[in-house]
Parts: sequence; C-alpha cells; structure tokens
Amino acid sequence: MFPRPIEKSTPTARAAYQAFLPVALIIWLLPLLAILLTSIRSAKDINSGNVFGWPSEFAIIENYTAVFTQSAAAQYMWNSVLITVPTVMISVALACLAGYALAIYKFRVALPLFFLFVAGNFIPFQILMVPVRDMSVQTGLYDTIAGQFLFHAAFQTGFCTLFMRNFIKALPFDLIESARIEGIAEWKIFWYVVLPLVRPAIAALAVLIFTFVWNDFFWANVLTQGESAKPITAGVRALNGQFVNNWHLVSAASLLAAIPPVACFFLMQRHFIAGLTLGAVK
Amino acid sequence: MTHAVSPQSDARPQPSWMKRNKLAIAPWIFLIPALIFFAIYVVIPIFESLWLSLYEWNGLYDAEGNSTATWVGFANYAKLWDDPNFWTSLRNNIAWLVLYMLAVPLGLFIALFLNQTVTGMRFYKSMFFFPFVISQVVVGLIFGWFYNPDFGVVGTVWKAVFCEETTNILGNVTFTCSRPAPDILSSPEWATYGIIAAGLWPQIAYCMILYLTGLNNVAADQIEAARLDGAKGWKMLWYVVVPQLKPATFIAVVVTVIGALRSFDMIAIMTQGGPFGSTNVLSHYMFEVAISEYGERYGYGSSVATVLFGIMLFFISYFLWRMYQDEKGGR
Repeated sequence: MFPRPIEKSTPTARAAYQAFLPVALIIWLLPLLAILLTSIRSAKDINSGNVFGWPSEFAIIENYTAVFTQSAAAQYMWNSVLITVPTVMISVALACLAGYALAIYKFRVALPLFFLFVAGNFIPFQILMVPVRDMSVQTGLYDTIAGQFLFHAAFQTGFCTLFMRNFIKALPFDLIESARIEGIAEWKIFWYVVLPLVRPAIAALAVLIFTFVWNDFFWANVLTQGESAKPITAGVRALNGQFVNNWHLVSAASLLAAIPPVACFFLMQRHFIAGLTLGAVK
Repeated sequence: MTHAVSPQSDARPQPSWMKRNKLAIAPWIFLIPALIFFAIYVVIPIFESLWLSLYEWNGLYDAEGNSTATWVGFANYAKLWDDPNFWTSLRNNIAWLVLYMLAVPLGLFIALFLNQTVTGMRFYKSMFFFPFVISQVVVGLIFGWFYNPDFGVVGTVWKAVFCEETTNILGNVTFTCSRPAPDILSSPEWATYGIIAAGLWPQIAYCMILYLTGLNNVAADQIEAARLDGAKGWKMLWYVVVPQLKPATFIAVVVTVIGALRSFDMIAIMTQGGPFGSTNVLSHYMFEVAISEYGERYGYGSSVATVLFGIMLFFISYFLWRMYQDEKGGR
C-alpha cells in the first residue's frame, strides 16, 4: 500500500493525521458549507450583512417553503424526474442489447461500430445543437418532456454501450459457448444467461445516467423555453433571476436541486464509482 | 468464423436460412434499436451541422415547408477568421485545457492523502467526492457568490485584511479600504481564471476518485520489494506507483480534456461570456451566436461548432487509437 499506512508510523503522526482530516474536509467543502449556512438564514441576516457569522435566527422551514410557494420549483423538480427516469430506462435497455451484440459476436464491423458509440459519447454537444433543435421544432417535440428524454436517451446510449460492451466482454465466454452447444436460442442466452450477470453494470449505469441527465443544463436551454418542460437546473437559473439578492432563497433552491443526485450517490456509492471509472479501473 | 450448427438442428430435416445464419443475423437484431436511435440523434446531426456551416440560415421555413437557407460556401469560416470574439473564445479554450489539466496531479495528491484505513475513512472519501455529484449550475452559483466583492467569501476576507471598520456618531458602520475588493467575475483579465478555478473543484474530485480506485489495485508486493530496495517518498511514487496507475491516469486525462472543452454551464451561469465576451469559450460562443436575441444564425453557429468539433476530434482520435491498441493487446 502506498503511501505507507499511517498505523505503522508513530502515534503522534497518527493523531496529527486524524486531527487534520476534518480540517482538510472543511476547507475542501467551504463553498458548500457557506451556501448551506446561507440557506437556513433569515432575510434579516442577509440584509444586515451577517453572511458568515452564526445565523441570528434559523429559517430552514420558511426558506425552503418559500422556494416552493414563490416559484415553480416543484414543477421543475417533477419535470426533471419525468425527463431522467425514461432516459435511464431507454438508454440502459438499448445498451444491454447493443453491448451484448458487440461483445459476444465476432463480426467484421463490431469494433468500428463500438468505436462509433465511444466517439459519439465524446463529441461536443454544440455540433448536434442546431439539427436536433430544428428536428424537435419540426416534429413538435420542442419544449416538451419527451423531446428531452428522447435526445438524452439516444446520446447516453453511446456511453452505456461502451460500458456494457466492456462489462460483457469480461464475462467468461464459456458460459455462452456451452449454452449455444445446448441449442439455446440466442435471445434466450441474452435473457437468461447474460442479463442476470450484468445486473451490477445496470445499477452502475442507472445511477450515473440519472446524475448526468439530472445535472444537464445545456439541452434544457436548447430544447425548452417555458416553465412547463424546464428541468430544475434551468429552473434554478430562472430562480436566480427572480430572487435577486435573496441569497438565502437561491441557496435553498440550489441545494434542493442537488439532493436527488447526492442521495443517489450516497445510496449506491460502489456502483457509482464503478461506473465513473468506465469499468476500466476495477 | 464458421457457422456453428447445433447438434439438434442436424436432426431436423431442413434448417431454415434464418437458423443456418443465426450467428450472422443475431448481432444485427440486437444492435438495430440502439443504432437507429443513435444515428437519428447523434450521427446524422453531426453531418448536418458540418453541411449547415456552409449555409446562412435563420432557422425559418417558407410557406411550402422548405428551409430558407442559402448557400454561402466558406463565407462563415472567412467571417470567423476576422471575428475577434472567436479568437478570444479559442484562446480561453486553450487556457481551460491547460489549467484544467491541474486537476489530474491535484486529484492524485488528494487521493494519496486519503489512501489510508483509519476509522471513518469511507465517509471522508465520499465527502471529498461530493463536489462532482452536484450540478455545475449549482457549483457556478456557489462560486459566483463566493467571489462576490460585497458579501461573498472573497469580499469578506478582503474586508478583514484591507479594510477598517468605522462607526460614525449615528451608529452607521462604514468600511474604508486601502484597496477596493477585487471583483473577479467583472474583470476581463481575471474572470476566466475565476471560472476555471471553480470548474477545477468538481474535476479534482473526479480525478481523485479515479486514483483512489487505482491505488487499490497497486500491487502490494512490488511496493514492498521497492521498499526493501530503499525506495521511498517521491522516488517510490514516480518510479513504482505512478506507472501502475497508468489506466487511471489515462481515464483522468480523457475526462479532463473532454470536460475542459465541454465547459458551458459554469460560464453560462457565472458570466454569460462577459464582461465584453472575455470569458467566452467556443461552446458558449456557439450557443450565443446560434440562438440569440438578435435572431438565429444557425449557419454561423454551426461553423463555430465545427471548429470545436475539429479540436475534439483530434483528441478523440488519439483516445480511440489508444483503445484500439489495448483491444489488440487484449486478444
């Protein structure tokens, strides 16, 4: 193990290390702590310039209810759910199929097709912006929930396929071989042999795609205009304009927007990290 | 490869064409849904954008439903060449690329610091990773406020250091400062660096987690052997540990390059490209040009996007080439 485990050094070094850890953490999360503290302050504190001292009174409930009653935050949150959930389901399902095909069958274009999905995953969004926006306007999908999740699902299929293909490739091929010798149909091999084995990959992709899409801001701007279909990220920006100088409310709204992905991460940490390393660092 | 015919199908009289070729057909059936979907929303739009960059178009259609785009050849690119905003954006993109790379060594540094097994370590590791999970919009808002010279963290610290608090007879508190607090995001010189610093925060967290997973897999026996040979500290890190972290480094570099070139959210939230376009990057400038209050310029926007795509393609080709080498080696 590198660096040398701290247990093996002197008790003083160990104590110093353990004392320094929380300090380092507080410094690292200082911006976040500041906004957390601001979100529970009253307007009086903000106006009197008490932005860093201890809050003169706690206004957690007031602030967080104000966000919901004075703005369309609830609608934005719900829109985000309606956009992310179908995206996760569609892209993961498509990627299971495509990843299986690219990992198991040896055909000439398997590798080029795989690289097409990988490359598509890395391109800048801007090169897709005008055609996708134009297509959405033409088909009536502009400013709708469906318009957003269809695009996200298609785009995220690239990343999901990359991940799934590598995951399935790492499974023992004998399993498939012996199933074939038994005469089992290909789709049954997929359904009964491979799918149960890729459950960890499905979990990893589900949490990652959920976070990516929940945090999307660019496409929310390109594909929506009104309140009815805007997700929470674009909503927070709108709130920022609406609550000018009401930092306690903007902070509360920002933190609300961050809760679902944060919860997702803490609940499924192991899967989340496995996904982030693209399955390459195990 | 030969078509594997299962023993059972031999017993049947005439295996159908479908059965005989099932290993050639099956992959396509599995692939088709993803391929069609991906083609419609990703592959075809790339080519449409490249093509559109040779047109001038405001996004409108005439009564018959035909697009009103007019062919202008390379005029959009000629216009780009003389567009100072384009060059500012390109320069800022380079600044992003170079400075964003700091996330890789800094991530490694934090990972080394946290790679211990004292009680509560799991908690610390996840808390250090926290900034990556929250949306860049929120990070942008946090830092926009952090940098605020009047009531943000920077302003407050500045007041504590350079300002003197005086209370007049009426009890009003005024500050007299030897130097005015810096308004980072309103300064054309410093705003970009302010945004990059904010962007580094989540990116360092990402690189850190990649390295933490990588450090888990560093071969313990090699470390011990090197230790017996008297290697320690920097030498150990550089000659024994870092080479073993190569896969993690590769991914960290890939995601950092992509992240740097994709930076859009923070700029849109913190400065919207201002002051005077000084913090624009190609991704944001493209958006500004294509969809603006002054009417839509899809053709010009597409030419900006094409330049960005070209830059990205350079990196993507390199990544794919590396992956191809690994694939060949893996077989």
